[in-house]
Amino acid sequence: MRLTIQINGEQHQVDDVWAGESLLYVLRERLGLPGSKNACEQGECGSCTVYLDGTAVCACLVAAGQAQDREVVTVEGLAPGAGELHPVQEAFLAAGAVQCGFCTPGLVVAAHNLVRRNPEPSDAQIREELAGNLCRCTGYEKIMDAVRMAAANTQEAGA
Amino acid sequence: MEFYRPTSWREALEIRAAQPDALPITGGTDVMVELNFDRARPAALLDLTGVPEITGWSEREGQIQIGASMSYTAIIAELADRLPCLALAARTVGSPQIRNRGTAAGNLGAGSPAGDSHPPLLATGAKVHLESVRGSRELSIDQFYLGVKRTALEPDELIRSIEVPAARGPQQFAKIGTRNAMVIAVCSFAIALDAGSRTVGTGLGSAAPTPRQATDAQDFLAEALPWADRDPLAEELANRFGELVAAAAVPIDDVRGSARYRRHALAVLARRTLGWAWEEYRCA
Repeated sequence: MRLTIQINGEQHQVDDVWAGESLLYVLRERLGLPGSKNACEQGECGSCTVYLDGTAVCACLVAAGQAQDREVVTVEGLAPGAGELHPVQEAFLAAGAVQCGFCTPGLVVAAHNLVRRNPEPSDAQIREELAGNLCRCTGYEKIMDAVRMAAANTQEAGA
Repeated sequence: MEFYRPTSWREALEIRAAQPDALPITGGTDVMVELNFDRARPAALLDLTGVPEITGWSEREGQIQIGASMSYTAIIAELADRLPCLALAARTVGSPQIRNRGTAAGNLGAGSPAGDSHPPLLATGAKVHLESVRGSRELSIDQFYLGVKRTALEPDELIRSIEVPAARGPQQFAKIGTRNAMVIAVCSFAIALDAGSRTVGTGLGSAAPTPRQATDAQDFLAEALPWADRDPLAEELANRFGELVAAAAVPIDDVRGSARYRRHALAVLARRTLGWAWEEYRCA
């Protein structure tokens, strides 16, 4: 089937999509957007977290056809421009919240989704909000640091 | 494989009638796992996310109609006051990403005895509204489950909504798992006290081939609770309730836990949730 999806602000047309494939497959294999990672394919790891019409979802659990005429924002679409980083991405770098990096894109989107709605998250709220994202390097403490930092920076920027 | 994207409920029913082997999909949190792992190859997918009639919820005469495509996140945000038990269970589903997509109706459609929605729906005496081009019917929730992943849904039917009475007393839900997030219940339990009729509802999850009520435990408690005096909960009463709940379970040994552990844990959950609910009733 043919799909039309808006991704990171741009209209994309994709042909020959199999009805059973996931949005994640379309993003990575058909559109060359490998930022969203493919790990568990069952919604357990959160590495493929993207926004679908503004809601954080696992792209591996969205049927490609369900994204027809919808708006998708991937980790590639968070930064304001080429060569720039979003404050959440800056915070992950500054806090050293990246080890092997495989979980990072999903965590960045999940953290972005938290910080934009709750600029002063408690540690318990951060843990709850990131509960769907696994880091198998187990670098969670640095990830917590990064989200606290991102929240503080966002507040400063907004103030 | 075909992909159908109906834009009205009528169209969805017509497609379902013409192609009963089309698998309905809404949140995709179960269906897509089956597809991703080559465990299912349905002839078609019937995407219900474009059907406006089944979004959101409405209320009429104390009954809440939950549309089939209403997400757990929306249930938590919008119905926690009216349906506390279901909202509590919804909070334990998967992760934020899963709750943003998954639906209670999807839990029913999948029919897994471990689904988190089942115990609250059983405890509150929910009804399931089913529709096909032939017409509509309403089933009480305990008639909906037939076996492991088998339900009363006919091949040409779709779940339109779930009807749950607004809470008429304290409600509680508890679930056993190895961690807080992303866990399939080892077992789960829901209790709903009806302060008006002085009756008790229960629901057991991961405790038998189908989710079920503990009717003996309900009857015992309705009779034995000091509704009028609001006395503190007697230990013997709570223990007896736990025993009767455990006796209603027919669990199995599996990778998540043994049958013996499940029975024990259900008794503990039953006592504990009763304690919380009764304290709330006493202080109300």
